[in-house]
This record gives sequence, structure tokens and C-alpha cells, in this order.
Amino acid sequence: MPGDKILLSHGEGGKRTRELIRKVIAKRFENPVLSPLFDSALLGRLDGEIAFTTDGYVITPAIFPGGDIGRLAVCGTLNDLSVCGARPVAISCSLILEEGFPVETLETILDSMEAAAKEGNVTIACGDTKVVEKGNADGIFITTSGIGIVNDGWRPAPENVRPGDRVILTGTMGDHQAAVLIARNRLEIAAKVLSDVAPLSSMLLDILSSFGGSVRFMRDPTRGGVGVSLNEMAESSRVRIVLDESRLPVADEVRGICEILGFDPIYLANEGKALLIVDGSAAEPIVDSLRKTQYGLNAAVIGEVVKGSPGVFMKTVIGGLRAVDYPVGEQLPRIC
Amino acid sequence: MRLKYIDEFRDPELARRVVDAIRTSWGERPPMRLMEVCGTHTVSIARAGIRSLLDGAVTMVSGPGCPVCVTPDGYIDAAITLGKRPDTILATFGDMLRVPGRHSSLEKERSGGVNVRILYSPLDAVETAAGNPGKEVIFLGVGFETTAPSIAGAILSAAVRDIGNFSVLSSVRTIPRAMEALASDPEVRIEGFLCPAHVSAIIGSDAYLPLAEKFGVPCVVAGFEPLDILYGIYLLLRQKIRGAAVVENEYSRVATPSGNRKAREIIATVFRESDIGWRGIGVLPGTGLAIADAYSEFDAQKKFGVEIPFTEDKTACRCGDVLKGKITPRECPLFGNACTPAEPYGPCMVSSEGTCAAYYKYGVQ
Amino acid sequence: MCLGVPVRVMSISGTSATAEVGGARREISVMLLEDVREGDWVILHAGFAISKLSPEEAEKTLQYLREIRDAT
Repeated sequence: MPGDKILLSHGEGGKRTRELIRKVIAKRFENPVLSPLFDSALLGRLDGEIAFTTDGYVITPAIFPGGDIGRLAVCGTLNDLSVCGARPVAISCSLILEEGFPVETLETILDSMEAAAKEGNVTIACGDTKVVEKGNADGIFITTSGIGIVNDGWRPAPENVRPGDRVILTGTMGDHQAAVLIARNRLEIAAKVLSDVAPLSSMLLDILSSFGGSVRFMRDPTRGGVGVSLNEMAESSRVRIVLDESRLPVADEVRGICEILGFDPIYLANEGKALLIVDGSAAEPIVDSLRKTQYGLNAAVIGEVVKGSPGVFMKTVIGGLRAVDYPVGEQLPRIC
Repeated sequence: MRLKYIDEFRDPELARRVVDAIRTSWGERPPMRLMEVCGTHTVSIARAGIRSLLDGAVTMVSGPGCPVCVTPDGYIDAAITLGKRPDTILATFGDMLRVPGRHSSLEKERSGGVNVRILYSPLDAVETAAGNPGKEVIFLGVGFETTAPSIAGAILSAAVRDIGNFSVLSSVRTIPRAMEALASDPEVRIEGFLCPAHVSAIIGSDAYLPLAEKFGVPCVVAGFEPLDILYGIYLLLRQKIRGAAVVENEYSRVATPSGNRKAREIIATVFRESDIGWRGIGVLPGTGLAIADAYSEFDAQKKFGVEIPFTEDKTACRCGDVLKGKITPRECPLFGNACTPAEPYGPCMVSSEGTCAAYYKYGVQ
Repeated sequence: MCLGVPVRVMSISGTSATAEVGGARREISVMLLEDVREGDWVILHAGFAISKLSPEEAEKTLQYLREIRDAT
């Protein structure tokens, strides 16, 4: 429907709603669980511990270099499941559309949701669509929930972490937030940066099945970046993490942007990266395995777990030591 | 690829050598008390973990070179008053967003409907004005000599393009006389000044000659990269050892003895010297840059008839003493308790380059 | 107080120029400089080139730093 816009009547439950759901949405996600369009999706019997997660996605612009809100919504939920060691089974898709939103853009977003779900080997099992009056939303909001199964055996968790473990980051920091920042163009900086948004489930589950108990704990460093996620990991594991600044992977363009604006890439959001705390002796083999995968090419050991009061510290490039604290709010361009 | 002129000055091997040289040459002497005047130095020192490397050889105290920290709350109040006018856009650097006025901050007012836009350059504020002819765009002009020519440049650009809905609320300051005020204060015992990098690019390293000559304080202009800072400290220690008090320039790749003549001319065209209040320090005569009469149509204070009152706060907050280098943040009773980056009490905790924020954020327990 | 980043001037048009650092580009003003050419390195602050950067002086400083070890 080129040129068509979302109308309030698309959300009012009548013919238009049916048409939108059947012809635009369900058609793309077609699968045996979703297609009957029952009030609940029936997933059959699940064997194992069930992981369950939910996340809301709001982003301007909805389509950005390297991805869009649809890919973001699917990958975010898949990654939340996989860092807990869960094999994704099904996700839901709840759309809130603003009156006037181009149907073509919606179709692009739905296509990339379906592509990401395929890549992550997960079914979009149920959904909902609401339309709100113009001005009451920012184009499109998506909420996805997901369930996954933790197979018998090892489950990465904070309590497994101990001194001597190593910290691995699966790639460069800050690409997603930098790409979105550039796309917004409010700061008028141009740079070739793509969002890293990607489904990590197969990479992480492969690592988990090869290395099992050596993988102590995993997180995906999204909002607040590596800095915030590591602080949360140190807090929940009650350990001290010391990073090696010279080993933190950052793309040159992202560094350039950060130097101009006075940002620290350690606090920029990622959408296709994972932090792994692993047994020290397995760190290098795990990095080698990660580097053989599409989304782990720049994986690196970035730090270690040491004895001491909980917190995150950094051995700086010049050999100094300092704390890496939580940031206060988002980073803003500054002159100082 | 490495970032040229950045990564060379973060070289770990050279840094180790300078640290060794500092320790070897200083020996067992009691720590030298140095002031890094500029907030960007404060943050860089904290981020590079320099204190942990030089512990025992030097004590670094932080000076008044943080515009956010020294901007009085009356200025924030005036900005908020202006922001509440109808059809007004307050344009600001990100630095000012969380600075507390007497009752509120721009961040809080933004949630209440004041239109606050965070910009990277004062020129972007001129563009915003050009693109919003029905609105008044008021730029919050804060900073020192480094930023002054950029703000002046924006005013000149607005004048040339005849953009009448752009104005600046100026709280621009100059540094050398503030340093002299500190050097002449008997309570402030500074044995050497690490002079600001980019202020010096504008005013030139010769601007500190009176300071070295009149007060006998060693001065070294240093860049903001870790190696620049370490080398600058090394040069200050060497001066002390040989009993010298001169101006040296470690940052010769950017700052020259005479500075940037054209930038200073533009400052002199658009601004005039004024007396100005420094939060925590007091009124320092002639250290402000108010907008010159010839450009008064771009002076938000005159255009909208607002005052920027200055009162010296009497609270438990010891930001003033921190800014003067009398105490380190940890000596303030509020530090880390009633005053944290999330709930800042004083301006030194609000600014990302504030001494207290840098201590809190990067401090190693 | 004064964040500034070394950027390379890629092209100049009147008082504005395109500058680059690490592949990130921005339009900047060069109105504060007396003479600036394509290929020059300048310090960028708040959208303005506030000073040129001298590669020779940079090398000199690095040379002093390298000599420190020999002196101690």
C-alpha cells in the first residue's frame, strides 16, 4: 500500500484492523503458532527451565544506519534470553502506532523483524496492534516479550563469578548509539557508523555448549553501555573487575565522535554485543571461537576479576588506576 | 588506524619513563603542591589515573577553570526566568543542563515545559534562530578565553546575517587575573601552576609571565593528553628543584607565546571587560566579558532587562575552598554523602569536569 | 574547561571548512584563524578551529619525551 498512512480506524477493531493485521502483519510472520490468530499462542510442551523477558522499544529515527526499530526489538529480546543461557522459543510483538505513520515504513520494520526472528531461529507467536492519535506517540513503539528454555546443565549466573576469571567483550563499543546519534543529525557530524544491532543467540549458545561451566555469567551491554553493565555485574557477583583500557575495542569513527563531543564510549549503548565473564584458563579459546563468528570478529579479553571490594576499575593506557562509575544520565555534548 | 596527535600523547612506554623521571628526580622531598587551573585538566588527570601514579611526589589541587563550577546560581536563575518567556528557546552546551540555580535547574525546567536545546556550537544556536524566526533563541554563553571567540564569532555571524532573534546571556570569564587572585591569597599555597592548554592557545603562554615574575610561582602550559600532563608536572618539579619560577610551554604544538591574535581581536570587538562574580570565590574585577555596547542588541541581559544577581552562599558546601585549592573534595563534609553526582549539592559535583565529580567518579577507594 | 580535539582540515570554503577526526566529519568555522590550508591540523572547540597545530612542534615535544630516559 504505497503512500498509505496508518489511520485511527486501523486500531478500532473493525474491517481495517483485520486487514492490517492479516495483510500487513501476520502475513509476514506466518507460522503455525501465530497463524490461527487465537487469543493466546499455544506453544506445546516445553521441557526445561523457562526464561521470560520483556522490553519496550522507542527510538528516533525508527530506521537508522545498520538497522531499524523492528530488528532492534527482536534482537533485544533474543539477546536478553541468550545471555541467560536460554534458547529462544517464541516472542510476542506489540505495536503502538501513531496515526499517520507510513504503512510502507511499517512494512520495512516488520520485514526486518521477521528476518531477525529467522536469523535467531525464533517464532513470533503472538501480537497486538494499537493506534493512537497523532501527537500521542513518536511514530512507532514496539514491545516484545520472549520465552526461552534453559536446557539441563549449566546456567550462567552472577554467583558463579570468582577471582581469576576474565572479562570478554564480543566486539567494539558504542556503535549503536553512535550510529543513532549521527542519524539524528542534530549535532551535524557525519561518520560511517552502523548500528551493531544483531541477534547473538546462536553465537552465545554455541559458546555455551562448547565451553559449558567455563562461561560464568553473561550480560548484553545495551543502555548505559559496557560501563553500566559491568558495574551491575560486579554488584550482583560481589566482585571487583579491573579493565585494561588498552584492550577495549572501539571503532575509529566512534572514537572520533567521542573525542569531538567529549563522550566516553564505555557508556554508549550496544545492541549486538555481549559481556562474558569466563574461567581465566578458557578465556583465550573462547575469544578464538567468538572471532570465528559473524558477530564476534572483534572479540577481546578486556579485563579480569580480582579480589577486593566490589566495583569496576580501569588500568589506564598510561598505567594508572581509576574507578569506572555509573554515569549520571545520558552523555551530553560538552565544551569542558 | 590511530588518532593522530591523540594516541602519540597516550603512549604507555613514554608515560612510564616520565613517571620514573618524576620519581627519580624528586626523590624523598615532601610532595609539591600543584594547581591544575583548568577543569579539562582535572578530568584528564582523573581519567588517566595520574594521581595513582604520582602519589607522594605531587599533590594536585584543582583550580577555578570550570565554567560550570564558577557560574553563580543567579545566572542559572536568570536563564530560567528567560526560558519561561513565551516563544523562547534556551540554547546551551550540555554542561549547563544540571547546574543548580537557587531553586531549580534547566533539566528540571525542561521537564516543566521550558524549551531547552543542547547544542555543540554557538553557531548552531544562530542556525536555530534563523530556522525559528517566530522564537527568541537565547544562547547561554559560558566559558573562558577558549570559548569566548566562538561565542563572539556567533554574534558576529548573527549581526552579518541580520538575525534579530538571537541573543547571548554572557557569563564569559578570563583566567589570568583569577590565577593572580589565588596566587596572592596567603591561604592558597600553590607551588606551581599547570596552565590551561586551550586558553593558552588564545591568550599565549606569555600571559602568565606576570604570575611567575610577581608571585614567584612556576608556570607550565600543558596539553590535555596524559603525556602532556605528566611532562608538564615534570617541568614544574624541575623548576622547583633548581629554584626557578618561569613560564615554560609544554604545549608548543598548539599554544604559542603570543597566542591567537585574530581570536583576541574578535573577543575585543564583541566583548568588553567587566566585573563578575565567581561562585565560591567572589567578585573578581575585570575578569568578566560582557557584550560590548556596539552589539548590545545581542545581549540578552539588556534585551530582556534581566539582572544576574551575585550572592555569596553560606552553606556547608565547601566548593569555594575546593575551587581555591584550599582543600581537596574529600575534606568537604558533604562529599560523597549529601553531595554525589546523582544528587549534587554544589557546582563542583554537577559539572562533569568539576573537581568533586572527577574525584567521585574516578576516585579509587 | 576547554575540550579541544585535533582535526584535519579536508576542504575550505570561505570561513567554513570540513574537518575530520577518525573518520568522523563536521563542518567547522575557521574564522578565528589567519591562514589555514587544506591538510592543516587544527584544534576544534565548540565548532570553531581555535588554533593551528604544528606537526614540527608535536614531534619536538615527543623527542623531548623520548630523551627523558637518557637523562635519568
